[in-house]
Amino acid sequence: MYFDTIIAGFGGQGVMLMGNVLAAAAMQAGRQVTYMPVYGVEMRGGTANCTVVISDKPVGSPIVHEPLCAVVMNRPSAEKFAPRVKRKGLVLVNSSLVEDQYVQARTKRVYKVPTLEMAQEVGNPRLANMVMLGALAQVSGLVDVEQVIASLPKALDKRYHKMIPINSEALRRGAALMSQG
Amino acid sequence: MAQRVLIKGNEAIGKGALAAGCRFYFGYPITPQNDIPEFMSAELPKVGGTFIQAESEVASINMLLGAAATGARAMTSSSSPGISLKQEGISYLCGSEIPGVIVNMSRSGPGLGGIHPSQGDYFQATRGGGHGDYRTLVLAPSTAQENYDLTMLAFDLADKYRNPVLILGDALLGNIKEPVELKPYRKKPPRKDWALTGCKGRQQQILKSLYLADGELTERNWVLWKKYQSMQKEARWEEYRLEDAKLAVVAFGSVARILKSSVDMLRDKGHQVGILRPITLYPFPSQAVKETAQRVGRLMVVELNTGQMVEDVKLAAECQAQVDFYGRPPGSIPTPDELAKEILKVIKKGGAR
Amino acid sequence: MSAVAKVKMEQVFSPPRALKGKISHFCPGCQHGVIHRLVAEQLDASGVRENTIGVASVGCSVFLYDYFDVDVVEAPHGRAAAVATGVKRAQPDKFVFTYQGDGDLAAIGTAEIVHAANRGEKFTVVFVNNAVFGMTGGQMAPTTLLGQVTTTSPYGRQIEAAGPPIRMAEMLATLEGAGYVARVAVNNVKNLMKAKAALKRAFEYQTKGLGFGFVEVLSACPTNWKMNPVEANERVGKEMVAYFPLGVFKDAAKGA
Repeated sequence: MYFDTIIAGFGGQGVMLMGNVLAAAAMQAGRQVTYMPVYGVEMRGGTANCTVVISDKPVGSPIVHEPLCAVVMNRPSAEKFAPRVKRKGLVLVNSSLVEDQYVQARTKRVYKVPTLEMAQEVGNPRLANMVMLGALAQVSGLVDVEQVIASLPKALDKRYHKMIPINSEALRRGAALMSQG
Repeated sequence: MAQRVLIKGNEAIGKGALAAGCRFYFGYPITPQNDIPEFMSAELPKVGGTFIQAESEVASINMLLGAAATGARAMTSSSSPGISLKQEGISYLCGSEIPGVIVNMSRSGPGLGGIHPSQGDYFQATRGGGHGDYRTLVLAPSTAQENYDLTMLAFDLADKYRNPVLILGDALLGNIKEPVELKPYRKKPPRKDWALTGCKGRQQQILKSLYLADGELTERNWVLWKKYQSMQKEARWEEYRLEDAKLAVVAFGSVARILKSSVDMLRDKGHQVGILRPITLYPFPSQAVKETAQRVGRLMVVELNTGQMVEDVKLAAECQAQVDFYGRPPGSIPTPDELAKEILKVIKKGGAR
Repeated sequence: MSAVAKVKMEQVFSPPRALKGKISHFCPGCQHGVIHRLVAEQLDASGVRENTIGVASVGCSVFLYDYFDVDVVEAPHGRAAAVATGVKRAQPDKFVFTYQGDGDLAAIGTAEIVHAANRGEKFTVVFVNNAVFGMTGGQMAPTTLLGQVTTTSPYGRQIEAAGPPIRMAEMLATLEGAGYVARVAVNNVKNLMKAKAALKRAFEYQTKGLGFGFVEVLSACPTNWKMNPVEANERVGKEMVAYFPLGVFKDAAKGA
């Protein structure tokens, strides 16, 4: 078993947290994982991305140029990473911010997730990242969304623990969207 | 089984230091190692330790010198430009035979350079870096787990040889997050009869590096040389898929782990290639390189610089093998595919035996 | 002989226990010896000799360990205050002092002394100011007086090129974290007694846990001043004291 993904967006969209939670969930599921952040020098507003590699064997490279999956939360990320995804790979697009024409991929497996609208339904637009992560867990078949939820207490800083229920709800919504097909 | 946690490479360094009984940390902020002082500032007070954010790198290393002179386990960390500033203190630590652990989560240079991973500090680390004829032990981790394990080892080696030990990582190894098994530290730190604790009940003790009397410094340098010779037995390395290899790639640290993916790709295509990864950069695993050179006949060195360790490899290989080189200066991290292509070029070039 | 034997001998003087009795290597008329003596007397009087860790600096003062019978670590040039910080934090119950010259403390070690003082590190600094780099051969120091001829100010120190001499005691006294700051001289008996009192108080700052103690001692360097010892001593009283006023600049814990 081997899987890698680049998760990218604006700083502040919570892409690093998505990577962290995914890595934590995969580790709890008994996998080998690496999480590698890449960001600019700005504390806010710059572009940010991280790479998560999940494998049965110890992970060699924590970075990949042509990933099996890209999760793109904004337009620059879509333009940069979607074309790099392998032919049979997977692209998850934040369709609340990225219009179709900016997503050029070799793979046919491109999924649109209206993260913002769905997050607002849950009650907080900042949960867009969790909606997307739920979708990613479901569509990739990497980990069950409940396993992702179970890893939240370890992945989130203690001061955010009161947010776990609402984060869980967002994760489930994202997963449900993908199970509907 | 020891606790397994998903933590950042920098934090693994901090946890390793705490586990090994380090109770004194002195540092100064610089990217990409800030997680280390941040971690130590939060954790040391909980165990009765001391954290000082010093006024400079120069002050940090000298605070370490002071604390370690009393026998305490002490650490400082920085990144390339900051390590340049610490060279004065490192030279004095060597001259005065005071142990200490110095972490370089290196960035890129020269000058202010950038915050990309780079292995441009290899010469600085292995050649001393400061003034005088001295050596520091240099450990080069390749995973967050090794950040943890080798930090504990660093304290043991520092005490064993009364010498500073450098941990040379880079931005990739500092920022990567991966599972780390928090193995407990089981060693018993040695007695330090040389430590300065006040002369009650004994003769005055002095830790110094100034020797002006006739012949004194010559003798002193030979004593240190003998010590550096005795360190040679600490050479450590890892061999990866080398058994039947026709080409051995020699690489350390972050790029060595990327190369493992490249080697796996090439092996899948039937190419007989493996990796020799020095874990200690000083002492350099010269014997292992020489034996590999003799057995495999073909070496390729890959570094995130324009060619530094390749000199040590050539020296160790003693012309027993052709040595190719691929260097990547800082700015981007090479991907496994890119490195596989470079290795393939060397394989296709043929030659050697 | 028998007459002598009948006299009852009583010891009325002995050198401080904290000194090893090494014969001085310092130049004739140099005041390091006097300052050593004063510091050693305080080590004895405070009963801390066996619990002391000294920090030697670079310059003529480096030979601290040859004279004092205490544990000593040698610091790189200017770094004594940083080294002492490490020592004191690791051994808070020990008595820790640095002994530094002006080339060391007031030039290359400015950052270290300022921040150690401001952190209120609980050690004691003895700062010997002789307005010149001594060991390296008499070059200009930050404390060199205007017009003073040195080997690197052959036409006399000029304010345009080198700025005015720096007054360390006054500067450190402005720091919130500094506890006790004084400047003394050892050029006559009256000043010697004041120097002794200042050192005593600076030591108390440490032994009572009150904070950072700093005593600047004006000192003569006849060799590099190209004077005989008497002239050099007179210059301290006339020129040095005129620019570097003596006194206690700060005693934050007065009464304690």
